[in-house]
Amino acid sequence: MSKTNTNQPSPKNILSWFNPIGKQTGGLAFILNRVTAIGLTLYLYVHLIVLGQLANGPEAYDGFVSLMNHPIIIFGELLIVAAGIMHGLNGVRIILTTFGIGVTHQKLQFYILMGIALIVILIFAVRMFNA
Amino acid sequence: MSDIKWNITLKIYRQKENEPSHYQDFFIEVDPDEYVLDAIERVWAFQDRTLVFRHACHHSTCGACGMRVDGVEKLTCITSIRSVTKDGATLKVEPLRNFPVVSDLAVNMGSLYARMETVKARSILPITEAEIETPKSEWNNTDDQYIRLSDCIECGLCISACPSAATSPTYLGPAVLAGAQANGNPIDPSLVKLLDSEDGLWRCHSAFECTAVCPSNVDPGRRIMNLRTQVISDNFHKLFHKTQGKTDE
Repeated sequence: MSKTNTNQPSPKNILSWFNPIGKQTGGLAFILNRVTAIGLTLYLYVHLIVLGQLANGPEAYDGFVSLMNHPIIIFGELLIVAAGIMHGLNGVRIILTTFGIGVTHQKLQFYILMGIALIVILIFAVRMFNA
Repeated sequence: MSDIKWNITLKIYRQKENEPSHYQDFFIEVDPDEYVLDAIERVWAFQDRTLVFRHACHHSTCGACGMRVDGVEKLTCITSIRSVTKDGATLKVEPLRNFPVVSDLAVNMGSLYARMETVKARSILPITEAEIETPKSEWNNTDDQYIRLSDCIECGLCISACPSAATSPTYLGPAVLAGAQANGNPIDPSLVKLLDSEDGLWRCHSAFECTAVCPSNVDPGRRIMNLRTQVISDNFHKLFHKTQGKTDE
């Protein structure tokens, strides 16, 4: 038994935004945009924390930055790059459809843009892990 | 119809007034080429007469039997069992989202009907208005004698599928915006303020789930984007004329 249903619109339903069950291409793009946006926002705070190390002097900052060469950290940075690219290109699709461009081909737009995103992410991955 | 029989389990959402919701399993033998609504009706007829659901026409015209079938909004009268499940499987049937549940699978769609009236959505229109992007100035008046029913059957599937409608009680919703768009280009001046607002066109976040689930080819997503284009264009024109007026002064 669950509690009495809340089948009505409410801001409390926001977690339903992230449920991929039953979603189709546009809905999955919607989820992707939100997940990447949250990831980028969280990264902003991490970035500020890293920059905050400057206040503790050059040694503290250099020591912290040397951690950035760890493969896990590089992978994390790659996720940030991937999030930025996918969010940006998905945003292009939304701008185009909002201006009435290619609305009937919005799925195709998504597939093409995500294809481009994948290629760019792979290029970044190769360069970052070989640097 | 075929002679093949499948045994499936219908996992149906149950809720009565002031009682907690739960799912109830019903084991049933079906012809896979029957429709989901047929199976639900058989459960009601032979297993549980307290099961409440909406239906009327059985041919996708009335829009009454909209439900969620395995998480996807469907008109159950035209959704074949074969297309959504397999022999021996469980099929989950739930009421539409974003409408208050009256009982079990029946929801109160009063908010949708009221909003459709607010935007002056029409149920009958001249055939020339069928083209989504054709402005009024290009409508062929001689065709006005040929009228047709609006594509929208007000089934509410689009509102159930829309993620923005799930979190905003005041959002007009895809069907309503599509109804406003069907009034023609340019937008009815009395509706501009309502449509060009936070709870109007700009609440849509382009998930296009409305278009994906629409059983009647209304394409609400495309209509919303068309309204946006019109509003953006009008606002640019107003801005330009205001700027020009100031320059002239």
